[in-house]
Amino acid sequence: MRICLALVAGSLAAAVSVASPAFAQKQGGTLRISHRDNPPSASIHEESTISVNQPFMAVFNNLVFFDPNEKVNSPDKIVPDLAESWSWNPELTKLTFKLRQGVKWHDGKPFSAKDVKCTWDALIGKGDEKADIIRKNPRKVWYDNLKEVTVGSDTEVTFTLGRPQPSFLSMLAAGYSPVYSCHVPGRDMRSKPIGTGPFKVADFKRNEAIKLVRNPDYWKKGRPYLDVIDWKIVPNRSTRMLGFEAGEFDMTFDSDVTFPLLKDIKAQKPDAVCESRPTNVSSNILINRDAPPFDKPELRKALVMALDNKVFADILSQGNDLDGAAMLPPPAGVWGMPKDMLATIPGHATDVEKSRAEARKIMEGLGYNKDNPLKVKVSTRNIAIYRDPAVLLIDQLKQIYIEGELEPIDTTVWYTKIQGKKYTLGMNLTGVGVDDPDVNFYENFFSKSDRNYTAYNNPEVDKMIDQQSAEQDREKRKKLVWEIEKKLAEDGARPIIGYNVANTCWDPKVKGVILQHNSIYNGWRFEDVWLDK
Amino acid sequence: MGAYLTRRFLLMILTLFGMSVLIFVMLRLVPGNIADILVDAAGIADPKEKAKIIHELGLDRPIIEQYGQWIGGLARGDLGFAYVSERPALEEIAPRIPISAKLAGMALLLSVLIGVPFGVISAVRQNTALDYFLRVISLSGLSLPSFWLGLLVLMASVHWFGTIPIYSNEPRSFLQEVGLLSIPAAVVGFRSSALVMRLTRSSMLEVLRQDYIRTARSKGASQTSVNYDHALRNALLPVVTIIGIEAAFLVGGLIVTETVFNIPGVARFLVEAILWRDYPIVQNLVMLIAFVVVMVNFLVDMAYMALDPRIKYAD
Repeated sequence: MRICLALVAGSLAAAVSVASPAFAQKQGGTLRISHRDNPPSASIHEESTISVNQPFMAVFNNLVFFDPNEKVNSPDKIVPDLAESWSWNPELTKLTFKLRQGVKWHDGKPFSAKDVKCTWDALIGKGDEKADIIRKNPRKVWYDNLKEVTVGSDTEVTFTLGRPQPSFLSMLAAGYSPVYSCHVPGRDMRSKPIGTGPFKVADFKRNEAIKLVRNPDYWKKGRPYLDVIDWKIVPNRSTRMLGFEAGEFDMTFDSDVTFPLLKDIKAQKPDAVCESRPTNVSSNILINRDAPPFDKPELRKALVMALDNKVFADILSQGNDLDGAAMLPPPAGVWGMPKDMLATIPGHATDVEKSRAEARKIMEGLGYNKDNPLKVKVSTRNIAIYRDPAVLLIDQLKQIYIEGELEPIDTTVWYTKIQGKKYTLGMNLTGVGVDDPDVNFYENFFSKSDRNYTAYNNPEVDKMIDQQSAEQDREKRKKLVWEIEKKLAEDGARPIIGYNVANTCWDPKVKGVILQHNSIYNGWRFEDVWLDK
Repeated sequence: MGAYLTRRFLLMILTLFGMSVLIFVMLRLVPGNIADILVDAAGIADPKEKAKIIHELGLDRPIIEQYGQWIGGLARGDLGFAYVSERPALEEIAPRIPISAKLAGMALLLSVLIGVPFGVISAVRQNTALDYFLRVISLSGLSLPSFWLGLLVLMASVHWFGTIPIYSNEPRSFLQEVGLLSIPAAVVGFRSSALVMRLTRSSMLEVLRQDYIRTARSKGASQTSVNYDHALRNALLPVVTIIGIEAAFLVGGLIVTETVFNIPGVARFLVEAILWRDYPIVQNLVMLIAFVVVMVNFLVDMAYMALDPRIKYAD
């Protein structure tokens, strides 16, 4: 209820601030935003963090992107960007884009279909090694079905898929899918990237600041409104919040404001516009199912049945986090299963005590009891947002004779440890770039994915994932998705303990900010944002 | 004296060489390297991509070769390339040094300017209300963590003045810079000044009980002359030692203060570089800090001679 109210309030506030026809957008000014940490690089294709997307998305364009005026990213809300139009062949295996003419890169060189080809060639491993556009490719799995990219002319490019995949367009519309330039080496793209977007990178001082300036040659006439976006890297959250309250920053970093901090901000800066929304980042449990003791399906089932997600939400976010299965739940989530269905799958029962009693019976059947508990280590990254839910998990597992010990892992070796299967239980956070089953399932649950950290391997689920991916009827696809969610929950594949909800605040003079409610990684173009002063 | 200085100089070289080996080896003993971190930041641990990065950065070469390359470069003034930003390490480090140096210098200056006079006052007014008051203040200076104190200052400033004294834009003039750095310098210097004050007080109390002080008084020297000309000079020896040690410890204090006040100095940068295992940055910065500490120690030793003519460094 509270989250619903918060969402409604946030939506109203944002709607008032954005949509009022009484405002005439004003040109100019500097938007000052605090940044939470030092981005690992400026190359969006090489990173998987909002720390890179939020500041650098405004430097680039995509072929298509999610309508920035809509709060919920969905396949029917995709609009043209560098592509003026697109069309599928009758077999739905070839997607052809007609590109805009006269678009220039920030260094003045013309944009053409060759740039599109070389970007996606690099992403599918067919790129020119010498060009070295990217050196890391965390979203390789997105393009598993992409066989080749062919250039028809300077303004026409075709993506050829191995099989029909309606979601392919959604992936191209993501903040993670900008078009790179062929003529700029990877090293430059990581430190001072060149794009076609509304803002140019003027300076990227590590650990200090990122300065974007208006691109006067931007192909969209009259945009952007702002002259400068000035990001200050402020690693200390208290300093960031105080800086916003004191008017040093016009906007907080995305989702930086927790619910207790929101109270402080409202007290110190009552006119601040704050919007609460789900981030589509879930806390989930990694279970090493290939080694004892969790190689036993009954034990995994008991673990899942012991979870009380409401307690996690109450303690971690004052009850605002959302309960959901593998996909973000509605109303923000487009594909997640409805609440009544969620209550029927393991790990989301409404009667937790009854569920735990059943779990205890399973444990007793396996030989564990109060005097002979199962001792396990719960590994997690040594960062508060990972440690806190891990500690709560340990507490809940005690209810079913599992005695957990926290094992904080240095963040530098976390994925190496997980991929090496050197853990028993792990607490992890997973952000989803696009609220789409293909992105989530192929990335996190498909047997061949690099990011399927638990190496969950169920040929039946793989088949179902492929099946939903090819399905063109949205309602039919949704039902298939819910079946997969149910199957994943029953298998204890990364049990979800909650979807994070957080706040972003800005000064009332900042207009035109529309937060996307089912992915924090999208909607940061800033071309429609302006300052009313 | 000449032979002593030569010996000291050679010892300095030896110390810095030892430090270079130590930091080089220790960094490589810590779990994870830059390649681990870069792929981890992307949420993947693809062995092929990792191997490519390791090769590109030369981390697969023999460790002796890597050390030789670093030290050779250092001798030529080439600090190598930062792994994360892929820019020359010198370009990354150089602009941050003056900021931290000014902050540390101001903090140290404040600690001496506050600590020494108040220490003397506290000693000569022993067991008076003023002495108790100053002792309580100094005790709080030693007990309050800089991090917490810094946050309190920021909160108070926002609450009462509606402004925040953080380093968000580059200062346009020297005076503006001094104004900007004075609050964080006071926060860092508060602890040091408390230490200096307590040491000055105890050292003064000891000296004030010496026979030669009684003699000076009996000869009719004024109280001020006794306190400052006769007692303070001799009481300063341990104080100078502690100031030297504090100068080295200041780096630790700067890390938290630079973080809280968002100052783009070397201390915060060093922590970030350690977290990223950005070896060229860490190695060169640690060497710079080691050099500063060695030099400060040398200057402290020289100061002993100036303060107490009985001290002679034999050839």
